[in-house]
Amino acid sequence: MKKIVLALAATLAAATATSAVAQEKYKACFIYVGSKTDGGWTQAHEVGREYAQEKLGDKVETVALENVPEGPDAERAIERFARSGCGIIFTTSFGFMDPTIAVAEKFPDVKFEHATGYKTAPNVTTYNSRFYEGRYIIGQIAGKMSKTGVAGYIASFPIPEVVMGINGFLTGARSVNPDFKLKVVWVNSWFDAGKEADAAKALIDQGVDIITQHTDSTGPMQVAEERGIKAFGQAFDQIQAGPTAQLTAIEDTWGPYYEKQIKAAMDGTWKGGQSSWDGLKDGILSMAPYTNMPDDVKAMAEETQAKIESGELHPFTGPINKQDGTVWLKEGETADDGTLLGMNFYVEGVDDKLPQ
Amino acid sequence: MDIAQNILLTIMTAATPLLIAAIGELVVERSGVLNLGVEGMMVIGAVCGFAATLLSGSPWIGMLAAIAAGAFFSLLFGVLTLSLAANQVATGLSLTLLGLGLSGMIGESFVGSAGIKLANLDIPVLGDIPLVGRLIFGQDPIFYISLILTGGVAWFLFRTRAGLTLRAIGDNHASAHALGINVLKIRYLAVMFGGACAGLAGAHLSLVYTPQWVENMTAGRGWIALALVVFASWRPWRVLGGAYLFGAVSIGQLHAQALGFGIPSQFLSALPYVATIVVLVIISRDRRLTLMNTPASLGQPFVPDR
Repeated sequence: MKKIVLALAATLAAATATSAVAQEKYKACFIYVGSKTDGGWTQAHEVGREYAQEKLGDKVETVALENVPEGPDAERAIERFARSGCGIIFTTSFGFMDPTIAVAEKFPDVKFEHATGYKTAPNVTTYNSRFYEGRYIIGQIAGKMSKTGVAGYIASFPIPEVVMGINGFLTGARSVNPDFKLKVVWVNSWFDAGKEADAAKALIDQGVDIITQHTDSTGPMQVAEERGIKAFGQAFDQIQAGPTAQLTAIEDTWGPYYEKQIKAAMDGTWKGGQSSWDGLKDGILSMAPYTNMPDDVKAMAEETQAKIESGELHPFTGPINKQDGTVWLKEGETADDGTLLGMNFYVEGVDDKLPQ
Repeated sequence: MDIAQNILLTIMTAATPLLIAAIGELVVERSGVLNLGVEGMMVIGAVCGFAATLLSGSPWIGMLAAIAAGAFFSLLFGVLTLSLAANQVATGLSLTLLGLGLSGMIGESFVGSAGIKLANLDIPVLGDIPLVGRLIFGQDPIFYISLILTGGVAWFLFRTRAGLTLRAIGDNHASAHALGINVLKIRYLAVMFGGACAGLAGAHLSLVYTPQWVENMTAGRGWIALALVVFASWRPWRVLGGAYLFGAVSIGQLHAQALGFGIPSQFLSALPYVATIVVLVIISRDRRLTLMNTPASLGQPFVPDR
C-alpha cells in the first residue's frame, strides 16, 4: 500500500513537474522494484539514472518511482508514467515484462525499455547484462577458495536469468574443481534481509563455506562476516557489510547505457524491438576489487576476466552436461544466446531440483 | 550437536520479533482495540533503534529509543481512535502506510551504514554447557525480554485484578464504564504497550537479526504477528507456540531446500503459513473456549456518555 501512496505522490510530482518546465525538457522515467537505497540491484539502477541525468544535464528530466511490486500495481504505475508525459520509460525488473508490453500497446508513441526480459514490441526494447560472465569468475574463485568444495546459493525466483546465474557460477567453479557441488535455497523474494540471512545461516550450518546470492539485500553478506566465511556481493559493491567476507562483487553499471538510449530517444534514432545484451567488455558489468583472497587466486580471476573481455573465453563452453548427466554442450561448443535467455535446466553438480 | 544448536538459535532469532509484536498486539486487542498498524510501528522501531544506536554508539540506547518511538507512534493511533473515535481498521492501516513512508525518510541517511549488534549474553561457564549452553545462557537480551514479556502478560491478564479489568473492558466497554472504570485511559495504556512492543520487535530486526537499516526491512512480519494473535485465540502461551512453530517451519524449509530433497520451493515457502494456521486452528477448535477468549467489543469505538 505504501507503493500506492508512492505511486500517487510520484504521479502528482510528475504532473506538476511537466507543467512547470513546459515542453523543452525531455522526460525519462524509471520504475524500480525495490528501494533506491537497497544496496543492491535497484541502487545500481538509481546510480545509472543519476549518471545519465548528470551527463545529459538540463535537456532531460529523469523521474524514478521506487518500490513498485511486480504484478497489477506495476501496470498501473507504468501507465501513469506514460500518461504524465514520459518520452521513454525504463522498467527495471524481470516481472515488469508483461505489464510493460501491455502498456506499450496502449501508448505507441511512448518508448519503453525493459530490463532482463525477452519480449519486445515496435516500441519496446529490452536490455540486459551478461551477468553470467561475472558469475563464472566468482565461481572460479569459489572453486579455489572453498575447503569443503560446496558453495551455497541464495536464489530469488526460478526464472531463466537466475537459473543462468546458478549454472554460470557452477560452471566456473567446476573449471577449477571438477567435483564442486552447489546447494541452492530459494527464498521466493527479491528483498527480505531477514529471510536471506536465515537462508545463509541454513546453508552455512549444512557445511558450505562460501555463499553467493541472487537476491538484493546485504543480509547474507552480514551473516558471512559474522560466521567468518566468504561471500560475493550482488549487483553493488557490498564491502561495507562484509569487510573481511567479500571476495569481490558483480557490479552493474547501467549509466552509460541509459545515457545512450535517452539521447537516442531525444534525437529520434531510438529503435524499438531491439535486444541489447552487453557484458564485461562493454563495461555494463564490472567486478569490484578482488579482496580477501591469496594472490594466485586473484591473478586467476583477473586473467579469466581479461579472457572473457577479449572474447577468448565464453563461460558456457563444452563439454558441459545437464544435471541428469545428458550432454548439453559438446567439447568446444558454446551456448547460443537463445538457450541462455530461456534457460530452464541445471548443469551437472547442482544439489537441488529446479522448481518448475 | 553444534548444528542442532545453530539451527535452534536461528529459529529463536526468527521467532522473537514475531512473538514480541504479537504479545503487544494481544494486550491491545484484549482491551477491545484492533490496531492494524503493527507493521508500521515495527518499522518505526527498527529505524529509530538503528539511528539512535549509531548516534549514541550504544545499542542499549537504541533499544530504548525503539521502544519509546513505537509507543509514541501508537499514541497517534490512540488519539485518533480513542479520543476521536475514528474507525480503527482504517486508522490502523494508515498507521502502517505512514510508518513505512516515514521510516524511509528518517532512515535515508543511515542506509548502508554498518550497524552495531546488541551483544549476546556471555556467561563463561554456563554458556559452554554442551547442547543447551548457548541456547539458554548465550542469546541476545531481546530474546530473554520476549520470554519475560510473554510470562508477564499471561500473569497480568489472568492473575491480576488490573488484568481482569482490562479484559472486562475488551468484552463489554459499556458495562465496564458503568462500573466506574476509566475505559479510555486503560485503552490508551494498552495501545501504548502494544506500540512499545512493536517498537522493540523492530529493534530486534535492526539490532540483532540483521544489524542494518534498509527500507521495508520488516517485510510483512507485522502482519504475521497480527495473524498469530487471532489464530492463537488471544492467549499468550499459544502466541508463543505459534511464533516458534512459524519460525521452526520457516527455517526448517530452508534446510530442506539446502539438503536437496527436491520438494518444490514454492510449496516449501508457503509451508510456514499453512502449518501455523492449521495447528492453531486445530488447538482452538473448542468453540466455547474460543468465544470466551475473543474480546467481544474488539474494534468497536467507545464514546463515554457524560
